[in-house]
Amino acid sequence: MRRAGPFLALVFRNRLAGFGAVVLAVIVILCLITPLLPLLPPNVTDTPNKFLRPLSEGHLLGTDHLGRDILSRLLWGTRLSLAVGFAAALVAAGFGTLIGVTAGYFGGRTDNVLMRLIDMIMAFPYILLALAIVAALGPGMLNALIAVAAVNVPFFARNIRGLSAGLAAREFIDAARLSGQGHTRIILTELLPNVLPVITVAVSTTIGWMVLETAGLSFLGLGSQPPQADLGSMLGEARAAFLTAPHVMVVPGLTIFLIVMSINLLGDGLRDALDPRLRSGALARPAPVTLIRRDGPAPVAEHPEAALEIQALSTRFEVGARVYKAVSDVSLTLGRGECLGLIGESGSGKSVTALSVTGLVASPPGVITKGAVRLSGTDLLSLPYRDLRDLRGRRIAYIFQDPLSTLHPLYRVGEQMVEAIRVHRKMPLAEARAQCIALLRTVRIPNPESRFDAYPHEMSGGMRQRIGIAMALVNDPEVIIADEPTTALDVTVQAQVLALLDELRRDRGLSILFITHDFGVVGQICDRVAVMYAGRIVEEGPTAQVLAAPAHPYTSRLIASLPAPGAGKRRLVSIPGLPPAVDRLPPGCAFAPRCHRAQQDCSAGDIALTHQGKRALRCLHPEATA
Amino acid sequence: MTPALQIDGLSKAFPAGRGLFRAARAQVQALHPISLSVQPGETLGIVGESGCGKTTLARMLVGLLKPSTGTILIEGKPFDTRDRRISSQQIQYVFQDPISSLNPRKTIRQTMETPLRVLFGMDQAARRARIDEVFEAVNLRPEFLDRYPHEFSGGQAQRIGIARALLARPKIIVLDEPVSALDVSVQAQVLNLLADLKAEYGLTYLFISHDLAVVEAVSDRVAVLYFGAVVELGPAEAIFARPTHPYTRLLAQSAPAPGRPLLRRDPAPAELPDPLHPPLGCAFAARCPKVTQICRQSAPALRATGETQLAACHHPDGLGDQA
Repeated sequence: MRRAGPFLALVFRNRLAGFGAVVLAVIVILCLITPLLPLLPPNVTDTPNKFLRPLSEGHLLGTDHLGRDILSRLLWGTRLSLAVGFAAALVAAGFGTLIGVTAGYFGGRTDNVLMRLIDMIMAFPYILLALAIVAALGPGMLNALIAVAAVNVPFFARNIRGLSAGLAAREFIDAARLSGQGHTRIILTELLPNVLPVITVAVSTTIGWMVLETAGLSFLGLGSQPPQADLGSMLGEARAAFLTAPHVMVVPGLTIFLIVMSINLLGDGLRDALDPRLRSGALARPAPVTLIRRDGPAPVAEHPEAALEIQALSTRFEVGARVYKAVSDVSLTLGRGECLGLIGESGSGKSVTALSVTGLVASPPGVITKGAVRLSGTDLLSLPYRDLRDLRGRRIAYIFQDPLSTLHPLYRVGEQMVEAIRVHRKMPLAEARAQCIALLRTVRIPNPESRFDAYPHEMSGGMRQRIGIAMALVNDPEVIIADEPTTALDVTVQAQVLALLDELRRDRGLSILFITHDFGVVGQICDRVAVMYAGRIVEEGPTAQVLAAPAHPYTSRLIASLPAPGAGKRRLVSIPGLPPAVDRLPPGCAFAPRCHRAQQDCSAGDIALTHQGKRALRCLHPEATA
Repeated sequence: MTPALQIDGLSKAFPAGRGLFRAARAQVQALHPISLSVQPGETLGIVGESGCGKTTLARMLVGLLKPSTGTILIEGKPFDTRDRRISSQQIQYVFQDPISSLNPRKTIRQTMETPLRVLFGMDQAARRARIDEVFEAVNLRPEFLDRYPHEFSGGQAQRIGIARALLARPKIIVLDEPVSALDVSVQAQVLNLLADLKAEYGLTYLFISHDLAVVEAVSDRVAVLYFGAVVELGPAEAIFARPTHPYTRLLAQSAPAPGRPLLRRDPAPAELPDPLHPPLGCAFAARCPKVTQICRQSAPALRATGETQLAACHHPDGLGDQA
């Protein structure tokens, strides 16, 4: 249904999966055409000709202890084993999904009761439970199938339940309820399509297991009954003559091995191909430092006195044939003790700029193609990895949007702060602890001694961000890069955190690169501001000047569209259209298609950033400023 | 005039710590009993920070949550969510996260068709006509209908969310943080679209947001929520120009705006009280600059603090204080 070509290509990109697919395809085809092949009847005994070796006249694989043709029995047996394994997987998946989806969707007591039942099944040793079921139902292939399916239901139920519970809390399920659909309908039409890929993968990786288990039961004589052949019973019957006629046992044994191996290899390939994270290349382990592929030498330092100088930095993401130019030719100079705001909307490249500074952009797919990043004059992008790592967190520290995702959930915050110190400096534990508690006091955390031993989840968002700030300060860095540090906070908390950052910077002479989307925040804390659009700096200057008289039409429109408190009910200024995708940037000014001042020359070619005094601008037809 | 929406003593308590065979040990009062009324054609802004109960209120209003106490009247008649066919024509909901409110495995058309088919039993031609109509109303191109949600930007997806809310021709729309996931430049587009739709179809809005500036720009009246209770209620311009509750004042002062200085003094930690052990008196007492003994002992009721304003405070800033 969905582009089968690229999907198969993805599966086959994994060579082992391709090998598994081919082996399995051969086995399945052989099984399917077994009734048509000119085989000897599988169950006719011919005792005088027992234990014939392979390649004997008329018996390609020899005969077993009753003189039956092994090739014939093998093909018929494989057919049965595969069919039972497949059926068991489907039955287990069916019941497991039913239980899992019901428990996950309804939650609460339903979930509790169903999952405790599943726990009870899981409390029995696996094979013992299967044996007990067959013992209760009596031996036979159908009962073996039931037993194998039953013991595998919990695996599916638990997987699907977790997934469904997550999906059931999503807003589209609420929307479905509001659109008048009943529970059954929601489960079938809204929930199930979203868990189907996972079920497919789970089935494909468990069929092999099911074949093995069915064979196990047959081996013990509980599955297929004589004279019917399946792989397990063939193994079981051959056991007695293992030393004298090993081939009778080796042949079905090898077949089981081939089947299970090929199914598992193919299942792994399917899982990788269906996993959306892998498809975007994210599962590949990123390198410890961003790939740097500069085509020329690093530019010469222009402001060696600055705390941080970013020079003509270009970072792109290369995903397949597509190239996303996330950051193009960005130059920024952060003076000592200065707070420089970098403002832009989502996708403008502001965070990629911040991460490029210490080579933290994930590679692949990220590549730095141009420029230099100088910390007090030294180019960080030319440093060997060891030196760069030593510098991260010690001389340049980051504060991120949500400390919950950057703090380790299983360690106490104090331990993490102490570790951050001791990675860079040798220091007795007691001293490090005292220093951290002093820092917690500096960022105004009440009861720092007891908070030192708290876990991240025990704190509110505002407290966690204070911890994040304290973590950034532990090694007394020269430069702090704060990436949307207050975006996730409530306004009253945001005001406090901003005041704290501002105070710390003045007390400690910190240089801060402050990344945000909010002009209100920039106006309150930054000395200068640089505005980014589609990967480029479009305007730069002292905050008060830019806010009072924005020159770039994008800046002026963005400020005007900000609903300012105290202005009453009104119609807002809006910018038509959407920002461009950075893999298909228009020539010239990227803002031109949305700009009210655009003229033909705007889209003609590259527009340079022109400096005038303290301000810089990339625009041919700027706003008239008084 | 009969209010478009009237709620009386509406509250919600969630059980906490319930086990398989145990009854709940405690209750968390997510929303204390509140009473509000909204006139036809009015926009009532509901503003508050995380944990104030604004989403709980919204979900009760559209029938996604059962109220613990209280009644909801729509045009004077009790709101009954058992018949979604009727309730969906009375009140609709626009979700906060536009992408997450669309099923990732369905095309936009499939999502849009569901209510028309399930609730109104419309045939294919009628469904198509109605969907085209609402898509035009929200300025979306009809070819978007055959795409999947991940192909849309946040702003486009929110237009789709609004279009879905319009399908049943509701009188009231509850907008739960409709622009907080959007970029500033797109936010203004969506807010203006909402204003246009309101004028065109004579809608009544409940606009819920944490962003005071946004609420102010769209609302006629505003209710400020703190820790599950209304602390101030009044006309939008009065609330912002002359807040009478200390929390509203703090909220108004905290909103970052170009050219406005940072709050210099660092007030008490901005933590909410523990919902399992709510304070005896005013929930804001621990953070309040005007706190006195009575604030810690008894919770203040909502009462008039001006001609049109109400606040739940023992020491409201009266109009006289402003002079």
